[in-house]
Order: sequence, then structure tokens, then C-alpha cells
Amino acid sequence: MTPRGGTSTARTLTYLTLMAVAFFSALPLYYSVVVASRDNSALADVPPPLIPGGNLFANIARVFDTVPFALALLNSVLVSGAIAISVMFFSTLAGFAFAKLRFRGGKILLVVTVATMMVPTQLGIIPLYLLMVKLEWTGSLYALVVPALTNAFGVFFMTQYLSRALPTELLEAGRVDGCTTWGLFWHVVLPVARPAAAVLGMLTFMAAWNDYFWPLVVLTPENPTVQVALSTLAAGYVSDYALSLAGTALGTLPLVIVFALLGKQVIGGIMQGAVKG
Amino acid sequence: MATRAPGDLAVIPPHPPVRPSPGVHRRLLVHRLDVKASPYAYVAPFFLLFCAFGLFPLAYTAWVSLHDWTLLSDVHKFVGLDNFVALLSDDYFWNATFNTLSIGVLSTVPQLLLAIWLAHLLNRPLKAQTLFRVTLLLPNVTSVVAVVVIFSQLFGRDYGMINWMLSWFGVSPIDWNAGTATSHIAISVMIMWRWTGYNALIFLAAMQAVPRELYEAATIDGASGMTQLRKITIPMIRPTIIFVVITSTIGAMQVLAEPLLFGIYSITGGPDRQYQTLSLFIYEYFTKLDFGYASAVSWMMFIFIVVIAGINYLLTRRSRGGLS
Repeated sequence: MTPRGGTSTARTLTYLTLMAVAFFSALPLYYSVVVASRDNSALADVPPPLIPGGNLFANIARVFDTVPFALALLNSVLVSGAIAISVMFFSTLAGFAFAKLRFRGGKILLVVTVATMMVPTQLGIIPLYLLMVKLEWTGSLYALVVPALTNAFGVFFMTQYLSRALPTELLEAGRVDGCTTWGLFWHVVLPVARPAAAVLGMLTFMAAWNDYFWPLVVLTPENPTVQVALSTLAAGYVSDYALSLAGTALGTLPLVIVFALLGKQVIGGIMQGAVKG
Repeated sequence: MATRAPGDLAVIPPHPPVRPSPGVHRRLLVHRLDVKASPYAYVAPFFLLFCAFGLFPLAYTAWVSLHDWTLLSDVHKFVGLDNFVALLSDDYFWNATFNTLSIGVLSTVPQLLLAIWLAHLLNRPLKAQTLFRVTLLLPNVTSVVAVVVIFSQLFGRDYGMINWMLSWFGVSPIDWNAGTATSHIAISVMIMWRWTGYNALIFLAAMQAVPRELYEAATIDGASGMTQLRKITIPMIRPTIIFVVITSTIGAMQVLAEPLLFGIYSITGGPDRQYQTLSLFIYEYFTKLDFGYASAVSWMMFIFIVVIAGINYLLTRRSRGGLS
């Protein structure tokens, strides 16, 4: 029985609505591939082209000729990978402490952690930039990686998961066997945490890959991330839509495809992290 | 012996009179230190990094805002509230404030209503649940740069798909970028496209925690789906709604990449500043290296955010009376 006792017409309407929404969610991405695979003159046609053409690889080659895109891809992989691994590690560590270790002030610190998610840290970008100037990290990948090594969402996410999934008896057994706290983390917590940590890693990787403003501020066009390179492309070659959308497709679609394949787990992760938000 | 909780001391000698050897004593001490200090050490990295790269810069902004501070000079003259006084009579600042609020309302209100409705539709046994959810989240996986590049093409005046579709209804081509209202709509559509599905999933997660019996009872009483949404679902997921409203408000107040890229890298938000948001206004003074003035704007924005998030919090909380 459906919770709302829908009639069959209501059900049909629901499906039609959801299909329409799904269509409009996917359409712009599809259309970006259409534009990326055409040459510019075809885009002036009325009606506009609706199916992909044969110029995708030629346009992608032009992307590599126009901006340092190979370097941008490498930088983005390094930055996003480093951030993802670090966030997985530190979040599991802190999540273990919050979920299973009793310590004075622990509950309050957890509340503070969640509250920090509401602090508009983007407003501190000027002193952050001054700090990077002092550290001589402007233009370097350190400026992207170091501030992002941990985040509140990850800590909260792993706390939620571990307080549900990690049996206290397992920890007690570890103690009896003479494990130190670190030993417990390494031998008991990490294996249990693996599935959730993988989802967190994926979410973090995507967020870092898509980050735009801070890399734009602190990096140079000569040593960009993918998003910075894309914006250079879009700004410098205004009327060359085929070029900028070929770059966009190249910088976006691999991630979108990986997401579509692992989508079920990632979505489960987002929704678990949300329940108590 | 009583059972031990994991945080307790591991070894309690059964016969107190026997003096522990120095080695045992040291092991006990180390163990005690391990149990007491480890939790703090494990949560410390997050707090240290947040303080260094989140909280400290935010607070330091206040200090910078009281100075005539540019990157060009090492001397930063203290000017008190001069930056703020200048700001209050700066038309461009109020223009940016208006644009931010306008885009904020246009993008957030329809988005959240749509998200709740979508979550409501998804919160029932459906075929292809996963497929729908994954597709809904696709826009959120797309980077903001990609979103704006794609939509700038769709909103193009001459060859854009949206003007082409509008032409079926006899609408003559719109120069979306040129007008205040049209550019705000275009930017809001980009924001909505990227965030509606994500928020729908957050709402859906909350809805799934609502006890089924409530709906069953309501169905027996003959309440329609819409009535159930208004009378049961929305009151039950109110904490989540408040959370999403506040985070969306904070996000909307800081919109930057969409107008920047929609204007093809125009830090003034179009030739007439028709879509320069507050964040973009800050960025404009950042690129002019006038950090004192930019910091003053940041603090004004911080105050706006707190006030507006507070108002929204009260509104969302108060609407309870009208619903249940």
C-alpha cells in the first residue's frame, strides 16, 4: 500500500513529473556534448543542432593547444586526491573519538563542529589570501590543499556512521587484548569505517574538483586547476562555444560518469549525512 | 570484578597492599594518558585547521576593515570606521546589495518549494527510484564553471536554445545578459538547476524518518496527498527545513561564480553592474588591492547574513502555528 493511497492516474502523473525533472536535469549536460562536438558555424543554424556531430576530438585538441589543460588535469587530480585521502583519514579519526570515546566536553565539541558548517568562511578570503602571501604559497597547490585537509561535514558524517556501525563490544575486546587507543583505531575502527569513508572520499573529491573561487584567487593562469583553466577558456574565447564546451565536457564528464556508476552509494551517503542535519 | 567500560583503567590490582613495581606503575600512567588524551588529539586536527584557515581569517577581516590597507604599501593606516562610512554612501554597494537579495529570493524560494514537492513525490514506492535520484543529483556534480558556460550558451541572444524555444510562442529574442530582471532570472535558473535536486534529497532523507502510521491514519480519514504534505510531512520535517533554509540563505548571500562567469569575467557584473552581487563587489575591490574597503564590505555582508538567516529562522519556526 502506498502511504498516500495514490490512484493510478496520480501514479502516472508522479512518474511523468519525475521524468520531466530528470529530463531537464540531464538536458543541459547532453546539450553541452552536442555543442562540444560541432563546429561553431553549425551553432548558428535554426533550429539549433540537437544531436552530436563529429568534431569532438578536434575541439578537444584545440583545448589542449589553447590552455595548459594537461597540467590543469594533473593539478586537479593531485589536489582533489590529496584532500580526499586526508579528509577520509582525519574524519574517521575524529568520528571515532566523537562516536565511541568518552571525554569531557566531547558532546559540546560535536555541536560546535556542526555549527561551524554555518559559518560563512568565504568572507574571510582576504586575510586568508594575506596568510598565503606570508607563507609564500600563492600560486602553489599547498594553498588549495592545506586549508581543506579536514572539514566539518566529514567529521559529522563519520561520527554518524561509526556510532551506528561500530559495535562497542568490538572495542572492548580490543582493549582486553591490550590495544592502545591508536591500536583500536588502526585494527578495529578503520576496517569497519571503510564503506562510509569511501563515500566520503568520493564526495570530497568531487567538491574539491569543482571548487572554483579560491583556486581562481590564489593560483595563476599558468598553473591552474581544471576549473580555473575552464574559466580562462570561457572568458578568452567568448564566441567560440565549441571550444569552451569541449573543455567543459572534458573537465566535467569523467566525474559525472563515475558518479552515475557509483550514484547509489553516494546518494545513500548524502542522505545519511542529512538525517540529523 | 565488575565489567569495564572502554574508557576505564585497564588494570585494577586485586590486592591493593602489594606495591606495583616501577615498570607496572609507568605502564599504568601511559595507559591513563592514552585514554584521557587520545580523544582530544583525534579531534584536534579539525579544530586547529578550522581556527587557522576559517575562523582566524574571518575575525581578522574586522581588523583589516578598520585600516587603509592595500597590498601596494607596507604601511596600513588605521582609519577607524571610515571605510564603513564611505560604504554606506556608496551607490554601487547598495546596488550590489539589491542584486544579491533579488537573485537570492528568485533562486531560493522557488527552489525550496520545488525541492519539497519533489521529495514528496519520491517518498513513495516507485520503480526506478535510484535512477531518478541519480539523475536529480547530476546537476550538483557538475562544476559551477561548467554550469555557467553551458547555460550562457543556452541563454545566448542569437543562437541560444531558450530563445529558440520562446520563439515558438512568438517571443522575440531576449538579450538575457543586458537587463536587470532578465539577468537575475538567468542566474537564478542556473542556481536552481544546480541545487534543487540536492535539497530534494536532503528533504527526502528527513521524510523517510516520518512514521508511516501517520500517513496510514490520514489516508483512512480521507486526506489527500497535498493535505498530507501540508499537515503531516512539513511539520514533521521542520528541523530539516530550517537547516536547509538557513544554509541556502547563507549560500545565496555569497553567490559569486555565476554572475562572474555569466558576465564573461566581468568583475562589475555586467556593464551597468546589473548583476554585480556583494561577493563580486568584494572581489572587485580585492582585484583593485583595496583590502580595507573589501573587508568592510565583507563585514557588512556578515551582518546581513546573520540578520537574514535569523529572520528566516524565525519565519520558518513561526509558520508552525499556521500549519498544524
